[in-house]
Amino acid sequence: MITVLANPQRFLAFSRVAAPILGVLAAVSCLAALWLGWSVPDDYQQGSTIRLLFLHVPCAITGMFIYACLAGSAFFGLVFRHSLADAAARAAAPLGAAVSFLGLVTGSFWGRPMWGAWWVWDARLTSYLILFLFFVGYMALQASMDDETKADRASGILALVGAINLPIVYFSVEWWKSLHQGQTLFEPGKMAAVYEWPAFLMLGAFYAGFGALWLVRIRGEIWRRRAQALAVQGSR
Amino acid sequence: MPNFELGKYAIYIVPAYAVAGVVIVIAVAETLLRTRRWKREALRLEALKASKEKG
Repeated sequence: MITVLANPQRFLAFSRVAAPILGVLAAVSCLAALWLGWSVPDDYQQGSTIRLLFLHVPCAITGMFIYACLAGSAFFGLVFRHSLADAAARAAAPLGAAVSFLGLVTGSFWGRPMWGAWWVWDARLTSYLILFLFFVGYMALQASMDDETKADRASGILALVGAINLPIVYFSVEWWKSLHQGQTLFEPGKMAAVYEWPAFLMLGAFYAGFGALWLVRIRGEIWRRRAQALAVQGSR
Repeated sequence: MPNFELGKYAIYIVPAYAVAGVVIVIAVAETLLRTRRWKREALRLEALKASKEKG
């Protein structure tokens, strides 16, 4: 599959069909998750703030997933020197920054009423902030270099270094005493089924939405590189 | 049916959803506009190159 899509023309043909399908899937799942999520009864401890679960948790998990996609693409770009892999890494970074920013902000809005603080230097929060900073650092490094090949290589290495942070984010609630609650969504029986449905639907919506936007952004990168190559040819 | 009675926590829930909505709309719009702009530019340059080669 990866080898087939590594050809830009084939990728453009594939993404022209796949991106709208994923976009529609994301919109439908999001609407269903919002309907279900706003229909659930209040939690006996957290009251109506349980509605933030359906936003915060999908944002936080998707942010990590996007970083894994970014690091995977950067790895392929570094090892196989494939321009489409570099384009994929470039395309993922702004989306990852936006989603992880939302993870932090929505978590803050949940933390204030539950913990009494907008922010605490807890292991989960701090490691997640570092994840967000890696997205921003990746984009800053890309923007700081005129030579795109060098920029892709340098930022690719940064992306791989940042991948070390992913298991730290995930296991932070187990490795350290944390104010943040432990794993809930993927632990059977830890959450009432009535809350699980909207949470998983919204997670599906975020994954599909990211998939759609990622494909469109990679298309944009392919067009940008083609336009810049033609502009260079034209100026000769 | 959705229940919009959020009580004292409304000041936390509503802004969180509002910020998420704004960020998502910006991400979608920026992605679509950016891609469209580069596609248009690439096609324009391809047409220019083709006309130069002809003429």
